[in-house]
Amino acid sequence: MRKALSLVLIAVFLVSFFGGVSVVPSVKAAVAQEVTYNLGTEPATIDPAVSQGIPEANVMLQTFDGLTRLDNKNMPQPAIAKSWTISKDRKTYIFTLRDAFWTNGTPVTAYDFEYAWKRALSPELAAVYAYQLYYIYGGEAFNTSIKVGSKYYVQAVDAKGNPLTKKEGGKDVPVADLKKEIDPSKNVGVKALTAKTLKVYLQSPTAYFLNLTAFPTLMPVCKAVVSTNDKWAADLTNYVTNGPFKLTQWSHNDKMTFVKNPTYWDKNAVKLTKITYLMVTDESTALSMFQSGQMDVGSTVPLSELPKLVASGDAQILPYLGTYYYQMNVTKKPFNDVRVRKALNLAIDRKAIVTSITKGGQVPALAYVPNGIADAAAGSDFRTVGGTFYKDDDIATAKALLAQAGYPNGKGFPTFTLLFNTSNAHQSIAEAIQQMWKKNLGITCTLKVEEWGVYLDDRNNLNYQVARAGWIGDYMDPNTFLDMWLTNGGNNGTGWSNKTYDALIAKAKATVDPKARMATLHAAEKILMTEYPIIPIYFYTNPVLITKHVKNFYQSTLGFVDWKNAYMG
Amino acid sequence: MFKFILQRVLSMILVILIVASATFFMMRLLPSGPFSREKKLPAQIIKNLEARYHLDDPLWKQYVDYMGNLLRFNLGPSFKYTDRTVNNIINDGFPVSAILGVVAVILAVGIGIPLGIWGALKQNGWQDNLVMFIALLGVSVPNFIMAVLLMFIFALGLHLVPAAGWGSVRQVILPAFTLAGYPIAFIARLVRSSMLEVLRQEYITTARAKGLSERLVIFRHALRNILIPVVTVLGPLIAAVFTGSFVVEKIFAIPGLGRYYVTSINDRDYTVILGVTIFYSALLVFMNFLVDLTYAWLDPRIRYVERKVS
Repeated sequence: MRKALSLVLIAVFLVSFFGGVSVVPSVKAAVAQEVTYNLGTEPATIDPAVSQGIPEANVMLQTFDGLTRLDNKNMPQPAIAKSWTISKDRKTYIFTLRDAFWTNGTPVTAYDFEYAWKRALSPELAAVYAYQLYYIYGGEAFNTSIKVGSKYYVQAVDAKGNPLTKKEGGKDVPVADLKKEIDPSKNVGVKALTAKTLKVYLQSPTAYFLNLTAFPTLMPVCKAVVSTNDKWAADLTNYVTNGPFKLTQWSHNDKMTFVKNPTYWDKNAVKLTKITYLMVTDESTALSMFQSGQMDVGSTVPLSELPKLVASGDAQILPYLGTYYYQMNVTKKPFNDVRVRKALNLAIDRKAIVTSITKGGQVPALAYVPNGIADAAAGSDFRTVGGTFYKDDDIATAKALLAQAGYPNGKGFPTFTLLFNTSNAHQSIAEAIQQMWKKNLGITCTLKVEEWGVYLDDRNNLNYQVARAGWIGDYMDPNTFLDMWLTNGGNNGTGWSNKTYDALIAKAKATVDPKARMATLHAAEKILMTEYPIIPIYFYTNPVLITKHVKNFYQSTLGFVDWKNAYMG
Repeated sequence: MFKFILQRVLSMILVILIVASATFFMMRLLPSGPFSREKKLPAQIIKNLEARYHLDDPLWKQYVDYMGNLLRFNLGPSFKYTDRTVNNIINDGFPVSAILGVVAVILAVGIGIPLGIWGALKQNGWQDNLVMFIALLGVSVPNFIMAVLLMFIFALGLHLVPAAGWGSVRQVILPAFTLAGYPIAFIARLVRSSMLEVLRQEYITTARAKGLSERLVIFRHALRNILIPVVTVLGPLIAAVFTGSFVVEKIFAIPGLGRYYVTSINDRDYTVILGVTIFYSALLVFMNFLVDLTYAWLDPRIRYVERKVS
């Protein structure tokens, strides 16, 4: 009995040890067109419709090809669409598709695009990024519709215009207005006219639409496969794709392997034969692996080592479309006074923060919209055109404003709390700013650290006075930074509201002429930067570890890596 | 014996159900939910998501549904990893953590017990001091420091093993030692102190008096008795080590189960929180059950005979 038991235990051990571990050689030849990249984290999905973040996008851009693809200047270029025409009002797009194939050998058609977009918008799929398709005529209405049987309806409203719900089995169920059906085949502005022609009708002229068609949510999926198998992206057997690379292995939380796709339409431009993604979360470990040759490019860099790595050529600081800022609850005293808000803004030494704390080449933010977004004139940058709105570390003006607001030298200014989520970086920045406000203005704040979820909850419910925040653009247009501050906007967590601002954003949305549109957006930013519901601190950067052997590496300002044109040299 | 086992199995099931229920309700008391983001999602998209995962049902209904599925060993879909189920996640992660755990436990027992015996036999000698020093180090150095130290010396310095990653036998060595650090120290101390106690027992004197060699005295008579406290701690230790460690998995980039104890809570991935908690508690009560059975094997005085009614 005893002997038998120990034999069984030994057998179990041996089987699990040798059966479970596959021995994979990790050494690769130096000249081979193969690259190893640290993705940093496990992607949440490989289905483009429900893709939601950078790790996912970094998979989608290799495995899929949209109507357009961004070049290394972040400009959209023809991809599956070989050409297009745009109507005069800039609301109707007719795309002509090239001959391209899915990995299962069938052609990529306009029907696949129509299906993919409507699938991403369908309420039952519940795609997080469905709002990237709200630009399509009827897209939002379809996404917010109510399904009854196999049909979709608008939610019914009461006499006051409030949406109607009813209790059913203990939960609130929205009531459908059975007179107002939404038929996705008719009421959503995307239609395949032929297998090679796709007609898209937009809600309003959207200057950056061709940029959006390169975004993961708008990638096509193979209708024949996806419509018959809703688990198609659960494993790789049914993962039919059309991009420059094919995903051949996914070992969860460990690695992914991509190989060059032989059926890709532009395969001659693709030089890499194999890409390996690792999912190393720890920054120091990633650096150790990089230094010992286990990876060529890495998305995370320990910031303390960054200056040294940049100097030695092992790291690059790439631009990233994002702003790190503090927001204020303008509904409560003393932050309902614009002079107080402005004083807090001016009394910060941003240069000191980026040079001695963050150290990642971040740019002190003297406005809200970061660098790296094209303005109307060719080659111009929205930030350069817009200029700056205030001086960094302008203590004299800050003191004067605070005195005008009734708090000379900070006298009588109530102690307030500065809220941020648990992180060493946020902590260091908050401590520095706490010091600056104390020293420059004579006002005291206490720091409040909260776990991520608790912090978000407090921030969203205006249960704070001053809070840390950050915003990363969803697309390369100033609008992604500006339309969030609309009155009651979902991401305007400050309580700030300005009618003129709202009107300007709405006007920009409807404006066709790029010059007039940009001018309107500049005017809107100016209001934001006169009222200061927020304190911009710095513009993000995106440092990467990268060996000199990797050529033509492209990471967009949204943080998405595209390996299509990269090679090893 | 059979009645004892049956009773234990029933109480184990009860414990797991209580753990599951308590976790289910406590988790829901946490502020914010699985779909909270820094970029707040439009209300309608959140509604769609809640409908998809039945989070819009009343809590009691969600509880009843969850428990029903649990009895069928269906732990539900992950909210974060859209195409995966919690069963998938455990199936993928547990074997990896378990391999590491087996090696770590072997190291802990294989190094900890001899160290402890050695220390006890040379009580107050330099050997004993050395053992106690190692034990102190092992207990007090946190595993993230140990991990970085080992990686720095053996991977970056001596190039003996890869720095991190998973897939080859050589990649098991550093994380296994890191994981075994505390248990080695703990077991060494435990063995040393119980050995000292056992050596003072009269039956050891008897054994020596009848002229047995010191080796036989130690291995035949003393060892069996000191194994009882070791087995007692081994049960929970195995459960903890087999289900993975967040720190070790993060530092060595190991695709195990341990990471989910932390990430699932940060993500408010309700089903994953529940799944890994239930899995861990099931393993824990099962290991304790095995410990109780092993007692009987080790010590003839402990036998689970049915109590006779007098």
